[in-house]
Amino acid sequence: MMQAELTKPSLASPEHPVEISGSQAVLEAFIAEGVDTIFGYPGGAIMPIYDALYDYHDRLKHILVRHEQGGIHAGQGYARSSGRTGVVFATSGPGATNLVTGLADALIDSTPLVCITGQVFAHLLGTDAFQETDIINITTPVTKWNYQVTDATEIPQVLAKAFFIASTGRPGPVLIDIAKNAQLQKFSYTGYTKCDHIRSYRPKPIVRKSYIEEAAALINEAKKPFVIFGQGVILGRAEEEFKAFIEKAGLPAAWTILGLSALPTNHPQNVGMLGMHGNYGPNVLTNECDVLIAVGMRFDDRVTGRLDKYAKQAKLIHLDIDPAEIDKNVKSTVPVWGDCKETLPLLTALVHEKKHTDWLNTFHNYAREEHEIVIDQELHPASGEITMGEVVEALNELTNGDAIIVTDVGQHQMVACRYAKFNESKSNITSGGLGTMGFALPAAIGAKFGAPHREVVAIIGDGGFQMTLQELGTIMQAQVSVKMLILNNRFLGMVRQWQQLFHDKRYSFVDIQSPDYVQLVKAYGLEGNSVDDRKNLKEALQKMLDSKDSYLLEVMVGKEDNVFPMVPQGCSVSEIRLK
Amino acid sequence: MKQEYTITVYTENQVGLLNRIAIIFSRRKINIESLNVSPSEAEGIHRFTIVINEFEEVVRKLCRQIERQVEVLKAYFNTGDEIVWQELALYKVPTDEVAEKLQVERLLREFGARAVVIRKDYTIFETTGHREETDKLLAVLAPYGLIEFVRSARVAIIKASNGFHEKLKEFEAVEPASELIENEFLNKQAEVFSM
Repeated sequence: MMQAELTKPSLASPEHPVEISGSQAVLEAFIAEGVDTIFGYPGGAIMPIYDALYDYHDRLKHILVRHEQGGIHAGQGYARSSGRTGVVFATSGPGATNLVTGLADALIDSTPLVCITGQVFAHLLGTDAFQETDIINITTPVTKWNYQVTDATEIPQVLAKAFFIASTGRPGPVLIDIAKNAQLQKFSYTGYTKCDHIRSYRPKPIVRKSYIEEAAALINEAKKPFVIFGQGVILGRAEEEFKAFIEKAGLPAAWTILGLSALPTNHPQNVGMLGMHGNYGPNVLTNECDVLIAVGMRFDDRVTGRLDKYAKQAKLIHLDIDPAEIDKNVKSTVPVWGDCKETLPLLTALVHEKKHTDWLNTFHNYAREEHEIVIDQELHPASGEITMGEVVEALNELTNGDAIIVTDVGQHQMVACRYAKFNESKSNITSGGLGTMGFALPAAIGAKFGAPHREVVAIIGDGGFQMTLQELGTIMQAQVSVKMLILNNRFLGMVRQWQQLFHDKRYSFVDIQSPDYVQLVKAYGLEGNSVDDRKNLKEALQKMLDSKDSYLLEVMVGKEDNVFPMVPQGCSVSEIRLK
Repeated sequence: MKQEYTITVYTENQVGLLNRIAIIFSRRKINIESLNVSPSEAEGIHRFTIVINEFEEVVRKLCRQIERQVEVLKAYFNTGDEIVWQELALYKVPTDEVAEKLQVERLLREFGARAVVIRKDYTIFETTGHREETDKLLAVLAPYGLIEFVRSARVAIIKASNGFHEKLKEFEAVEPASELIENEFLNKQAEVFSM
């Protein structure tokens, strides 16, 4: 072997250790874990890692973001579209604290991330050094695991743990804070070993057969069984297993917004969306079904409405990988603790083949009513201002449901989730649990890197877009193709809707102005367009989709349109309002 | 009904874990009445003993949240009659006062106390027991110029526990026995929480 090869860190072993720095060890870990893209922003305390990155640029793509929050949301978008772990760099102090929103978002939405923050030299810890902040304690409530490294020899092991913890069990964000001295420190590197066991951590429960049997018996006896599913199906890569299960037992299935796209929207048993702005049938019939089968979802209050009036008549089968979710909000009759990739096939084997035609028709009847009262006018208005729904519907027609849709938070998010069509899993990316405005633009950038062959359309409100629009700079520099569709109602629409309905129309600080978005993206060298006339809408959307580069389309929509149906806060799901 | 629960948590010995566990309570605005962290019978494993007043349902959920932490091996919760517990108290009093006005010997005998330090200027007594017992001695000493008083956190042994040695071996195994990772709590929902 050549001398040069002998010193290659990738060939290091306990017999042939190679001297490398802590920074190199971080990047070696990334390569061993199959990382291809890093979203980050340099700074003083992470400079040694960036210095090492200079020599790795052929193997690791680094996307320079414009703000660390943009970096972490991009990491989330990457993770959600690719199903892999997102990787983020930030420096100490403000760089690190700027990650907090993204960490909280990733924790509540179970997104696997490994974030590396620089930290001041270990001897300066606790001295109020320049750009020193106690990021470990700040991020403890918003990480699945975090750890501070002060000695380079720990790095290979700690990073192996970080990737293992982030991606297994119920995924989540991990933050590793590395003191500058550890980044610089040279040590004898003996190679990288992936972690597959931590004694205090059990990511994969053993499935109890007796509960599978009990669950199957309940389903087989049920007259009105109803499946509600969440992101667990996607995270467990169990889309096919899930489909086989509901098809064999003839079960109607409704989704939470994070579960959306796990089952094609045109599947005959897909009955729609749950929750506050979900569909009429799934909400009302939650309180009429006799067996409720929850798969990989956590009974968020936006899904359940008033808990003491939620599915009281039903027996509940709850499939989840996280034991803390079982019985947390809704008491289960049969808890099926496990990975749904394993539990669903076991259940499918035991359930009888059935059709439940009448019961499924009940859903269709409600859907018909919802169409008449709400949906038809929302999607195909004859006159008046453009509605958000018709934009999404026009987009469906042009993309055939093949695009990844990234949404921000608010009215447009609810409308997009209600009406967007999806054929493929991992196509709906939104901030569900935390409801982070400003999520969509950076997440869409990350989503494109996670799924480069797919069209990525970010649907964003005029409020949310202005929260992270600095990432236009990232789009410009990275030359990534993201289609930005701003639904501009010149209001913080969701808050305005609540003020209208519940606060006597006292519109308190929801009237928000926008810059000229077309001029704005022009400054970044991008093309844009704005439409306010229905007859130009489709053509404008087509032009946006046809563009090879990033493109911004602003659509002026109804200023005071509301999202319906709606389960008012504090009401039961069966008290859903159609208008 | 809210009542006193003693939570026992077996953990790795890791910087920051105390905070990770403490914030599970503070996030829900639950006050920790007593907290003790010490080594356990198993080498390298730490044992938290936490006392709170709460509803059983809440305590069960808290334990699940605690067990969810990567470095936590197990969490148990018990009512007072399921454990044997003790607290230790120290009392510092002026030596003349107790020697003159209070019969020290009687005091020691009655309260099972012992004198840890006797100096010309002060004496330090120590006693262990339940809250009522340490409180009683406090009441007795208060009129005699009590200078300082301190009581430790609760330490508790679960009556039904077989210790952690065997369980730890199982945790260390890559393929642990199913008993360990089958969620026992699903089986005996009302009784013991365990993962």
